[in-house]
Amino acid sequence: MAARKTTKKPNVSADELKKYYRDMLLVRRFEEKAGQLYGMGLIGGFCHLYIGQEAVVVGLEATAEEGDKRITTYRDHGHMLACGMDPDGVMAELTGREGGYSKGKGGSMHMFSREKDFYGGHGIVGANVPLGAGLALADQYKGNDRVTFTYFGDGAANQGQVYETFNMAALWKLPVVFVIENNQYAMGTSQKRSTSTPDIYTRGEAFGIPGEAVDGMDVLAVKEAGAKAVAHCRKGDGPYILEVKTYRYRGHSMSDPAKYRTREEVQKMRDEKDCIEHVRELLLEGKHASEEDLKAIDKEIKDVVNKSADFAKESAEPDVSELWTDIYVEDTREDA
Amino acid sequence: MPTEILMPALSPTMEEGTLAKWLVKEGDTVNSGDIMAEIETDKATMEFEAVDEGTIGKILIEEGTEGVKVNTPIAVLLEEGESADDIGESSSGGGATSAKEDDDNSDGDESRGKAEPVAASPAAPVPQPDASPDWPEGTEMQNMTVREAINIAMIEEMRNDENVFIMGEEVAEYQGAYKITQNMLDEFGAKRVIDTPITEHGFAGIGVGAAWGGLKPIVEFMTWNFAMQAIDQIINSAAKTNYMSGGQLGCSIVFRGPNGAAARVAAQHSQDYAAWYSHVPGLKVVQPYSAADAKGLLKSAIRDPNPVIFLENEILYGRSFEVPVLDDFTIPFGKARIARPGDDVTIVSFGIGMTYALEAADKLAEEGVSAEVIDLRTLRPLDYDTVLASVMKTNRCVTVEEGFPVASMGNHLSAVIMERAFDYLDAPVINCTGKDVPMPYAANLEKLALTSTKEVIEAVNKVTYR
Repeated sequence: MAARKTTKKPNVSADELKKYYRDMLLVRRFEEKAGQLYGMGLIGGFCHLYIGQEAVVVGLEATAEEGDKRITTYRDHGHMLACGMDPDGVMAELTGREGGYSKGKGGSMHMFSREKDFYGGHGIVGANVPLGAGLALADQYKGNDRVTFTYFGDGAANQGQVYETFNMAALWKLPVVFVIENNQYAMGTSQKRSTSTPDIYTRGEAFGIPGEAVDGMDVLAVKEAGAKAVAHCRKGDGPYILEVKTYRYRGHSMSDPAKYRTREEVQKMRDEKDCIEHVRELLLEGKHASEEDLKAIDKEIKDVVNKSADFAKESAEPDVSELWTDIYVEDTREDA
Repeated sequence: MPTEILMPALSPTMEEGTLAKWLVKEGDTVNSGDIMAEIETDKATMEFEAVDEGTIGKILIEEGTEGVKVNTPIAVLLEEGESADDIGESSSGGGATSAKEDDDNSDGDESRGKAEPVAASPAAPVPQPDASPDWPEGTEMQNMTVREAINIAMIEEMRNDENVFIMGEEVAEYQGAYKITQNMLDEFGAKRVIDTPITEHGFAGIGVGAAWGGLKPIVEFMTWNFAMQAIDQIINSAAKTNYMSGGQLGCSIVFRGPNGAAARVAAQHSQDYAAWYSHVPGLKVVQPYSAADAKGLLKSAIRDPNPVIFLENEILYGRSFEVPVLDDFTIPFGKARIARPGDDVTIVSFGIGMTYALEAADKLAEEGVSAEVIDLRTLRPLDYDTVLASVMKTNRCVTVEEGFPVASMGNHLSAVIMERAFDYLDAPVINCTGKDVPMPYAANLEKLALTSTKEVIEAVNKVTYR
């Protein structure tokens, strides 16, 4: 594997590096397993894998504090695992079982966790952007200093409601970090063919929102930029845009023949820019971990993922009575 | 133990496919992510990647094989330290194995076939209308316009609960495009009375997010016509998320504003959304006629933990009604009001349609026809029991609304009456609706496009065979 050029010696502890390695590996192995279960027909419908983009969520979660919120689009498994949601519950939702986060009623694209402040999981491209700004408005209204990470892709960045939201977020100084996960392809359409500006973050300038591009294949770079963005929001200075340049190795969804890019392009990214390999090299070169240490982590993650797959297979389908529940929140007011 | 590589499902609808080409051969080492084969699905030719790492021990299905069922073993993968000798009997012959897999598949299908169908709705019960009065007899009443009633309802609820706020175009400094939010900025300040840019899609979404964040937003649309820009957020985000989250993410929000035809504002500004929003599970839909109902129902809407569509009417804003003088007056959802009791025919309406219904009932009374007029007030949940009990008494029914005729509220009521009170009907139900045309501008055509008192009387004459 070709070595990546690390521009400077990272100022990061061994424990931190190991955590990133573990967290990114969990996402990757989980997604590979999800792909496998999809192939076996255990997961249905649409299934969008996050493989390749792991450094984005792991780097940003490293800057989050208790009470911060996150919301994303449909390529959401990585975000859930990175914010600490239980792999068992996520996988069981993918298989549509009662043990899933949404009791099997949401599926891959619609999962939520109040407990972990994860607000979905949204299937309509761009719709989660105003929703994220709304979550931020609630925190601002309550007078706390929490921030909301609002993730969306380079494809969503062409939706009108994104710019409606930029305008209001800037106008009202909402504490929201807009994270544009630019993986270069909106489904099968490359950024060049869909987007008038090469650097999407510059679109924030029109609204007075500061922003920057970040190497999304480098978890340390993501974390550093994320910390700056979060500090800006927490201070009450309004929104911030991070355009995280990343790459997805797999197709848009499981049924993507991927004719819009070459196999060589994908292989080149895997060989030269892989985010997990990067941290692995830092760990080994810095003598923070031995091959054996990393093998042990690999084994540990494999076990977690296998356990989640077993849970997702064994968990029962939702009871038929669940068809009729959760349509409305029960009104428990006395005068209702 | 050697791992069987199974024929993958590569699209939501794929059941079998062609193993077009092997890109690996026996003895090759593969890593996670390596392309192993090309597989033709019902949609496209796809590359099939390795999940686990290992060595290809045996290829079980030759390239070019068509109709390979999903989950049939197509190859065997050996882990580190294993050899081809470790391949057990179960995967030694492709044919035998795939036959076994076929059995497994058919078992699965069978068990799926056995699942009990779920009833679309519970069996129809005997109607039990709630005829309790909306306020105690002898309550002091005061005259108030619908505009004042909506204004005071919001003010009372904002005094009550600091998490209630209002956002929309011109709600603050302008004091409301239709003066519904008059004096609210002065009392509650810019934090709770928020002027938005003209950007319905965006602020509807921000409202929904704020509701998830624990606030209770009132989102005012200058008219419901403009909410068409925001309908995705209303339906896909506000209405569906509680269900999609398994009950974790309810959305306590009110979307409100004037709905339906005003006067001479033509097609894009004249549309009744009653039937549109009533179609959607997860929403509650309210369309008041009187000032008392506007006040009592809006207060209920703001307190409700669900998304509520509150459809007002510009023409009704200036009309005055008696409103009870009570400290905390609310009207529950799902309770229709018998606006005028009668015996010969049931006229069901809501919102401004009540104007035609009541006027028709007055005129019909002069001719000796006693019409019972029901104001639905809430369209979802809908008070079927009050309607059915009335129709079972009068045996005839006319519905009145300003919306388009196709898939109207009247159509829905007709179907429910047919299902649950068929034997009681002495005549087909007639729906008086707006005409099946975009609203014209010309005064004479506009009048024709709306329903009218005359049409309601004609319909009553028809169902009473007069």
